[in-house]
Amino acid sequence: MGDDNNPAVLETQQTSVDGNEENSRLLTPEKQLVLEVRHVSAGYRSGGFAGRGGKYTEVLHDVDFVVRHGEILGLVGESGTGKSTLARAILGLLKPEQGEIIHHTPRPQIIFQDPYSSLNPAYSAWWSVEEPLRIYGKYDTEERKRRVRDMLERVELPEECYMAKPDELSGGQRQRVSIAAALIRRPRFVIADEPVSALDVTIQAQILKLLRQLRDEFDLSYLFISHDLNVVYQLCDRVLVMKSGRIVEQGPVEEVYDHPKEEYTKRLLEASA
Amino acid sequence: MKKRMNKYLLAGLIITGIVLVITLIGIFWTPYPPTAMKFGKFQPPSLEHLFGTDNFGRDIFSRVLKGTGTTLTIALATVAIGAAVGTTVGAITGYFGGLADDILMRLNDALTAFPSILLALLIISIVGPGSKYNVVIALGIVFIPSFARVTRTSFAALRDVNFVTSARLMGAGSGRILLVHLLPNIMRVLLPAVTIGFNNAVLAEASMSFLGIGVKPPDASLGYMLSEAQGMLKAGPWYAICTGLTIVLLVFGVGLIGEGLQSRNREVV
Repeated sequence: MGDDNNPAVLETQQTSVDGNEENSRLLTPEKQLVLEVRHVSAGYRSGGFAGRGGKYTEVLHDVDFVVRHGEILGLVGESGTGKSTLARAILGLLKPEQGEIIHHTPRPQIIFQDPYSSLNPAYSAWWSVEEPLRIYGKYDTEERKRRVRDMLERVELPEECYMAKPDELSGGQRQRVSIAAALIRRPRFVIADEPVSALDVTIQAQILKLLRQLRDEFDLSYLFISHDLNVVYQLCDRVLVMKSGRIVEQGPVEEVYDHPKEEYTKRLLEASA
Repeated sequence: MKKRMNKYLLAGLIITGIVLVITLIGIFWTPYPPTAMKFGKFQPPSLEHLFGTDNFGRDIFSRVLKGTGTTLTIALATVAIGAAVGTTVGAITGYFGGLADDILMRLNDALTAFPSILLALLIISIVGPGSKYNVVIALGIVFIPSFARVTRTSFAALRDVNFVTSARLMGAGSGRILLVHLLPNIMRVLLPAVTIGFNNAVLAEASMSFLGIGVKPPDASLGYMLSEAQGMLKAGPWYAICTGLTIVLLVFGVGLIGEGLQSRNREVV
C-alpha cells in the first residue's frame, strides 16, 4: 500500500520521506519546482468495445507550465476549457497522449469544488480525515488520533462536528473536512479545483484565508483552479489563462490583470469586473 | 445520515418481528408434535387446535409453525446467495467496467431472459429435486441477476465520484474502495432489494413446492403445505386459508419493511 499505488507519484520524484515536514522548508530551496507540465496533450476516448478503439477527443493541447515551490498558481478560464481535465492529468487519473508531467513532490492531492461529493456520506468527518492514515498504515491508533485531531484543529472545524456525517455539516464545514483529509498525509502540492465556487461569499473568504494560512503552515504550493477572476486575484501569485485547452497567457497576477495581452483575457476580465 | 423511522418501516418491523418470534418458538416448542396423527380428522379451528386439523388428524398450527421455519430458512439462504453473488458481480462490472462488464452483463441478460420459475426448474433438474438445499441453490442462482443489475448501477454511478477519486489518490486498493468506501453507500439500494428478493423467494419456494419440485416430507414448507391443502379445499378449507394467510403475513411484513426503507431513502434524497 502507500505510495506504490499512487498513480501520480512518478519515478522522477525527488523529495520524499514522510514525517519530517518540519524540516523540509529548510531542505527545499526557494523557487524550486514542485511540478513541471511539459507540452502535454490529453483527451478522452469514447465508444469502442471493452476499452479498445473509439473516438479520441483532444481536450488539452500542448499545455506547458511549471508550479514553483510555495506559490499559489491560478488557473482561470471559462467552464469547459479543460481546467478539470488538466487537474485529472496532473493527478495521474488521465494519461497524457503527448508530453510529460513531472512531479517533484510525493502524493499530490486535490480539493474538489463540490463538498457534497468529496466526502463519503456513509462516514463521519473524523473517519474521512483518518482514512488516508489508515491506508498509509504506518501509524498506530494513538498516533492517528493525535494527527487527526491536530489537523481538524488547524482547519478550525468545531469540535462538535468531528463525529458528524457530511449531510449534517454545512458547505463550509464540509470543505474544511475535505481540506483536512487532503492535507493529513502532508502533501507538498495540492490542486484546488474551484474549492470555494459552491460556497457563500462570506464562507468563501474564510476558506480562502484558511488555504493561505495552511500554505504557510505546511509549506504548500497550490494550483488553484477557478472561473472567478476576483478570487484568483485575491489569492494567487501567478495565473495561467486557459482557452479551449490551451494556455493563452501566463504571468504574475498583477501583470496579467493590469496589462492583459490576449483578447480572451481582456474579455474574461471585463466579464468579471 | 439521520435514520428516520416511518410508519411502513415500523409496521413491517412489528409484523415481521412477531412472525419471527413465533417461528423461533416453533423451533423448540409446538403445541403438539407436528407429525402426530392422533387427533380427529378435519376438525375446524378451535381453541384446542387454532388452525384445525388435516386429513391425517395432524394439528395444522403446529405444522404451520414448523413450515414457517423451513420457508424462512430457504428464503433467507436464497437471498443470501443471490445478494452475495449478485453484489459481487455488480461490484466487478459496475466498478471496473470493460471486458468483464461486457461478458458478465450479457450472461446476466441471458439468465434474466428465462422466466425465473422455468430457470429454477432447469437447475433443479440438474442438481436433483427433493432436498431443501437444492431448492436453495436453484433459487439462489435465479436471484443473482436482479441483485447484480441493481448494485451494478450504483457501483457504476459511484465509481468516479470525488470521494472515490480521493481514496484512490491516497493509495487505497480496489478491494478497500469497494468494501469500505462503496459498499455502505450501496446498502440503501441493496436493503430494499433484499426485502423484495426475500418475498419473491418465499413465493418462488411456495410455487416450486406447489409444483412438486420443492421440499419433500418430512420437511414441510408453507408452499408444500399449501399444495397439500388444495386437495382438501372442501373437507378442510381452513388448512389452505390458514397456511395461505401465514404466507401473506410473512410477505406483507417484509414488504412493508422494504417500502419503509425505500421511502426513507427518498426522504434523505
